[in-house]
Amino acid sequence: MLVSRRAKLSLRGIALLYLLLLLLIPVGAIFARTFEHGIGTAWSWVTTPAAVSAFWLSVVIALIAVPLNTIFGVGAALLLARSKVRGRKLLDALIDLPFVVSPVIVGLALLLVYGQGGWFGNWFINHGIRIIYAVPGMVIATVFVSLPFVVREVAPVLLEAGDEQEQAAATLGASGWQTFWRVTLPSIRWGVAYGVVLTTARALGEIGAVAVVSSNVAGSTLTLPLLVSQRDQTIGAGQITGAYAAATELAVMSLIVLLAMTFLGPRRAR
Amino acid sequence: MRIDVDKVSKKFGEFEALSNVTLEVPEGSLSALLGPSGSGKSTLLRIIGGLEHPDSGHVLLDGEDVTSARPQDRGIGFVFQHYAAFAHMTVRDNVAFGLKIRKRPKPEIKSRVDELLALVGLTKWSEQHPHQLSGGQRQRMALARALAIEPRVLLLDEPFGALDASVRAELRAWLRRLHDEQGVTTVLVTHDQEEAMEVADTIAVMNAGKIEQVGSPRTIYDKPATDFVMGFVGPVSTLDGKLVRPHDVSVSLIQQEGSIEAMVLRVIHLGFEVRIELELPGGEIARAQLTRGQTEELELARGDIVYVRPPADSAPSAPDGTPAPGTAAAPTA
Repeated sequence: MLVSRRAKLSLRGIALLYLLLLLLIPVGAIFARTFEHGIGTAWSWVTTPAAVSAFWLSVVIALIAVPLNTIFGVGAALLLARSKVRGRKLLDALIDLPFVVSPVIVGLALLLVYGQGGWFGNWFINHGIRIIYAVPGMVIATVFVSLPFVVREVAPVLLEAGDEQEQAAATLGASGWQTFWRVTLPSIRWGVAYGVVLTTARALGEIGAVAVVSSNVAGSTLTLPLLVSQRDQTIGAGQITGAYAAATELAVMSLIVLLAMTFLGPRRAR
Repeated sequence: MRIDVDKVSKKFGEFEALSNVTLEVPEGSLSALLGPSGSGKSTLLRIIGGLEHPDSGHVLLDGEDVTSARPQDRGIGFVFQHYAAFAHMTVRDNVAFGLKIRKRPKPEIKSRVDELLALVGLTKWSEQHPHQLSGGQRQRMALARALAIEPRVLLLDEPFGALDASVRAELRAWLRRLHDEQGVTTVLVTHDQEEAMEVADTIAVMNAGKIEQVGSPRTIYDKPATDFVMGFVGPVSTLDGKLVRPHDVSVSLIQQEGSIEAMVLRVIHLGFEVRIELELPGGEIARAQLTRGQTEELELARGDIVYVRPPADSAPSAPDGTPAPGTAAAPTA
């Protein structure tokens, strides 16, 4: 499409204004409010035992959910892009379920299945395993909501790369496993990396589904987003500053993930 | 190694890619599977290589039934039209791939790869990545990669199809020399009759999932078994209800027995070769091919009335003095 210089400039202006109003100003406001009582105050809010516990819980949940979804995602993408098995279309549709279903519904569904009186819930409770209102349920909820990212990043890359390199590897004597490690994975590595970044961001930021299955006890079952929400709703001296401080901490974590990707960016073109 | 394809059939959904195909490729030969797209030639090659499985029939390598063997276990080298280069590896690592999989000692891999890189003229490019190479260089790398594992059979699927005409001609000649030096049984798939004639000892012409004729380039050209083969391997024209080669049509200014009156519609000068378009009494269009000398002698011009005659022999055959196939024959009429 041919766009005049003027149109180009005004389009750019509109895009920037849109980002400014919806993204930069609100996020900037949080940063500003976080530090309005000084860096020391902000620091003390993110180093309370509850905040430290929430930070680590978020990290641990991400560390479990991201590898699981990476392995599942690459496998499912291979199935979608390379195999001709029946039910592939169904799998394709199901993978988008976490995108279309509200996270609150996901949480409620987990309650129904794993909660007290749920289909599997009683079995787990009888065996002394707590899933709902405990960390395992929060992990399951996070895995669920962050499931599509790796699949959706990797499948198109696989389709675009085609399977000729894999066929060539087979004719050269490589087994399926050798072909995967030596040929397929290197050719999709940037797709996987980008999928991992998105999965991580989503896992760290998820609140809806996790809130339903968490017991919301500070120091044990609060993730960072839940802590932000709890502090925001608590009436008390400086609680709101605490919410802003935790929010900033969360934003900084996301920024680090994003920056890691940007630094890797130039290598992606190769 | 000798290849036998025995009554192989293959369907893709409703489409019959191969129906009951039998073919024998002698040891040490360079054979071409020639045919239009959709004729089943690539499918047949992929079945020989184990990349597709036939619905019925057998594939034998040196008499051993490999129909259900994986490509890994067939000892084949396969070269793809679009190179299938390992994009993330250097040229050296691409060529070394099969040897590394076989866990050969490092010094052996290095010397073998050096040797192959020299053979395909890529020594200077050994540390580059495939995207830094031209198409012709990539395909030579792919050939070196396939040869590295010392395959018993080399299978080439339209290997020069994605290259410029000049590079294609150069690589064809190079492939023929390589085959003469190395003597690996080679099967080449192509839709270009000139390529098949220039490179191969034996050509199998395929059409609609069947083999129409197998023979030497000369036989295929001079004694085509079917109208399809005749039309596919060289230019044709219809004259007096018969399919003839334009260069077999004799053009004269004098009426003779069995000749037909025709009017010259166009005279196309292509250097040594001159093509004449003629209109026959019924309005039918025929083509003749003459040399420049013949055309000048006849002083042919548009609107002239001439007398044309198909070759005496009703089965088309080349009279003495016909230039060798592949030099005078234009790729298509």
